Amino acid sequence: MSTSGILHRVALGELPLLETKPWRDALRKNLLEGKRLVTLFGRRTDERVWITAVLQAPDRSLLVSRTEVTVAVGYHELTTDIAALHCFERELHEQTGVRVAAHPWLKPIRYEGNAPAMSEFPFYKIEGKEVHEVAVGPIHAGVIEPGSFRFMCLGEQVHHLEIQLGYQHRGVERRLLEGPPTRLSPLVETIAGDTSVAHAWAYAAAVESLGESELDTEVEMARAVALELERVAMHLSTLSGMAADIGFLQGASTYGRLRTTAINTTMRLCGSRFGRGAIRPGGIGMKLPADLLIDLRANLELLRRDLPIINECFLASQTVQHRLREVGVLTARQAAELGLVGVPARASGLPLDVRIGMKEGAYKVLPIGMASSSHGDCWARARVRIDEMDASLEWISTVIALFPNWNHPRKPLRALVPNHLVVSVVEGFRGEVVHCLETGEAGELVHYKVQDPSLRNWMGLAIAVRENEISDFPICNKSFDLSYCGNDL
Amino acid sequence: MSAFKSLRVRLSQGTQYITDLRKAVPSGFRGRPAIGSAPCPVDCSACVDACPTAAIRLAPVALDLGRCVFCSACVEVCPKDKIAFTTEPKMGAAARDDLVVLEGKSPATAVKASAAFAKIFGRSLKLRQVSAGGCNACELELNAVANVNFDLQRFGIEWVASPRHADALVLTGPLTRNMQDAVRLAWDAMPEPRFVVAVGACAISGGLYDGASGVARELPGGMGPALLVPGCPPHPLTFVNAILGFLGVE
Repeated sequence: MSTSGILHRVALGELPLLETKPWRDALRKNLLEGKRLVTLFGRRTDERVWITAVLQAPDRSLLVSRTEVTVAVGYHELTTDIAALHCFERELHEQTGVRVAAHPWLKPIRYEGNAPAMSEFPFYKIEGKEVHEVAVGPIHAGVIEPGSFRFMCLGEQVHHLEIQLGYQHRGVERRLLEGPPTRLSPLVETIAGDTSVAHAWAYAAAVESLGESELDTEVEMARAVALELERVAMHLSTLSGMAADIGFLQGASTYGRLRTTAINTTMRLCGSRFGRGAIRPGGIGMKLPADLLIDLRANLELLRRDLPIINECFLASQTVQHRLREVGVLTARQAAELGLVGVPARASGLPLDVRIGMKEGAYKVLPIGMASSSHGDCWARARVRIDEMDASLEWISTVIALFPNWNHPRKPLRALVPNHLVVSVVEGFRGEVVHCLETGEAGELVHYKVQDPSLRNWMGLAIAVRENEISDFPICNKSFDLSYCGNDL
Repeated sequence: MSAFKSLRVRLSQGTQYITDLRKAVPSGFRGRPAIGSAPCPVDCSACVDACPTAAIRLAPVALDLGRCVFCSACVEVCPKDKIAFTTEPKMGAAARDDLVVLEGKSPATAVKASAAFAKIFGRSLKLRQVSAGGCNACELELNAVANVNFDLQRFGIEWVASPRHADALVLTGPLTRNMQDAVRLAWDAMPEPRFVVAVGACAISGGLYDGASGVARELPGGMGPALLVPGCPPHPLTFVNAILGFLGVE
C-alpha cells in the first residue's frame, strides 16, 4: 500500500466509540490547540448516528475519533468556538437529521431530498435606508454552473454576501453506495468534472488500501503527472477567466490557448481532455509510447516557453495590478479560522499542501515546491496559481525523463477488508480532496463521504468580498474558482 | 515597454484557429465507438455487465451513445475485441434512435440537416446554456467552442447571457430537482421560435445519474430536445459539428 496523498486506514475494532461528551471535549481541545479539521461526517442507522471526526496534527499525522449519538439528543454545537466547523455541522444535520444543539446557522448546504425547501431558509436581511439587495442566480450570465448570490450593499459596497448552493445536487454519495465498490471510477470522475483526476486518485488509493494492492513507483509517478497536468490546465482556465473578468483580453485568449495545449496533452495520454480513465483502481489507463513521449515533451516545452511571456505581460500590466491588488483580501487569521484549504489558503499565507513533506509516493520520489503568498488578495491567488504551474511543469518534465516506462498492467484488487475505515486525501488544483470509505461485515461499502475543497472555501469567498465594491465580485469569485457540483454532490 | 510585452505575447500566440472544423480529428480522443461483426461467445454478457450506464444491449450488440460515458470498460472486458473507440468526434443526432451504434454497421457521422431549422437559424443562432447538475466538464467544453481554437462565432453562432436573447437552450447535467424551477423559468423567458439542445450523456438520458436521488428529469411540454450531442463530456468538435450539420451550414 503506497500513495502520493494522505492515506489512513483504521480497523473499526481499534477505533474507540467515545461517549459524546469526552468526544466533543477532546475534539474541541484538539482544534483549539492547533490541530486541523480534515473532515467531520455522520452515518445514520435508524435513530442512531455515528459521527466521525478526522483531524490532522502539525506533524501531518491523522487522528480519527468517533462517537455515537441518537438523532433526538445529538450534541452541542462547536461552530461558535470553531468557525471552520460550520459547514460540517450544517452538512451533518442535513444528512442525518441529528440534533446539533444551539448551532447558530443550520442552513442546509445543498437541500438534499424534498425537505426542507429552499424557501424555508430566506437570505439574511439588513434593514436601513441606504441598504439595497442584489440577487444573482441561480442561473448566471455565462456558460457556468448555477448558484445563488445575495448581496447586501451600502451604495456600491458589499456589506454582506450570502451564497446559497444546492442547485447541482444529484445524489452522488448515495449513488456511490449503489455500484460495485471497485468499479466506481466513472462516477467518481464526475463528482467535479474539472477535478476528475484528483477525485479518481483519492478513490483509487482508498479502495487499493482496502483491497491491499501494492503499486509500482512508475504508476504513482504517472498518476501524479495526470494530476499535475490537471492542475496546470485548470489554473490556466482560472487565469483566463480572471483576465476576461477584468477585460484583459490578451490574457483571456492566451491563457485559454495554452489550456488547450495542456488538456490535449492529457487527451493524448488517456483519451479524455479531463483525464477520464487516467486512473483506475490497481493502475492507470494511460500509455506513454516513444512517439507520444516526444510529443509530450514538445508540449511541455511549448508551455514552459510561452507561459512566461504571457505571465510577464499579465503581471506587469497596470490594469491587472489595479484590479487585483488589495481586492478581495482574506487574512491568514481569517483563512485559518474558516478552515480554508488549497490555493486560497496558501495565498493567505497558510502552508497547506498535501504534496509537501510526503514520506512516500510520487512527491517523496521527487519533491515539489509549495507556492504561497501572504497578501490574501486576488493578486496573491493569481500569483500562487502562476507559481504552481511553473512548479508543476518543471516537475512533470523531470518525471517523464526519469520514469518514461508506464507499461504496467493493472493489478487486481483483493476483496475489500471488512470493518475498516479509510481516509484518502489528494491535493487537487483547488485544494485537498477527501474521500472516506467504510466497509461493513462482508467488505461491502456502508458509507462513502466525499469532500471537495469547495465545501469549505465558499465561505472564504463570502468573507473576502465584504467591504469591496460589488463590481469587484466577479474577479473575487474567479480568483477562488470554486466548484458548485463539488459542493452540491 | 508594455506594448513590447504585449507584442511578444501576440507573436507567441500565432494563429490558433482550426481552419476546417468539419475535417478536424482530435488526436488521441476516445470518440465514436465502432462495433465489429465477430460473433460473441455463447452466453457472454461481459460488456453489458461492465457498463456503468446500461448503454449496451446484445444480439445484435448495440451501444447507445445517449447513455455511453466513454469509460471503455466494455472494451477492456470483451474477449473478442468487438468494441473499439475511434477518434471520430462527430456523434450528434436529431433523433434519439440515431444515437445507437449497431454491430457491423458503419455509423452515420453526420447529423441530418433540418430544412426548417436551417431556414430560421442557419445564419444566426444565439445559445443560452443552462447547467442542471452538470459536473463542469460539459460546461468547460461548451465554453471552449468559443475560444481561439474553435471560434464558433465565425458562423454567427454565439453564447448569450440572457435567455431573452436566445434561440436555443443548451442543457447540460442530468436535470436536478433543485434546478427544475430555474430551467423552466429560463425556457419561459425565451422568445419563439426556440428549441432545446441536450449536451452530454447526463442531459440526454440521465447518464450515470439516471434515477439518482437528486434528479428529476420531467421537462415541461415543448422542451423535448431537437438536437442531441453525446459524450462525457462531448468534445467541442462534437458540439460544433452537430450544430453545423443540423443547421446545414456549408
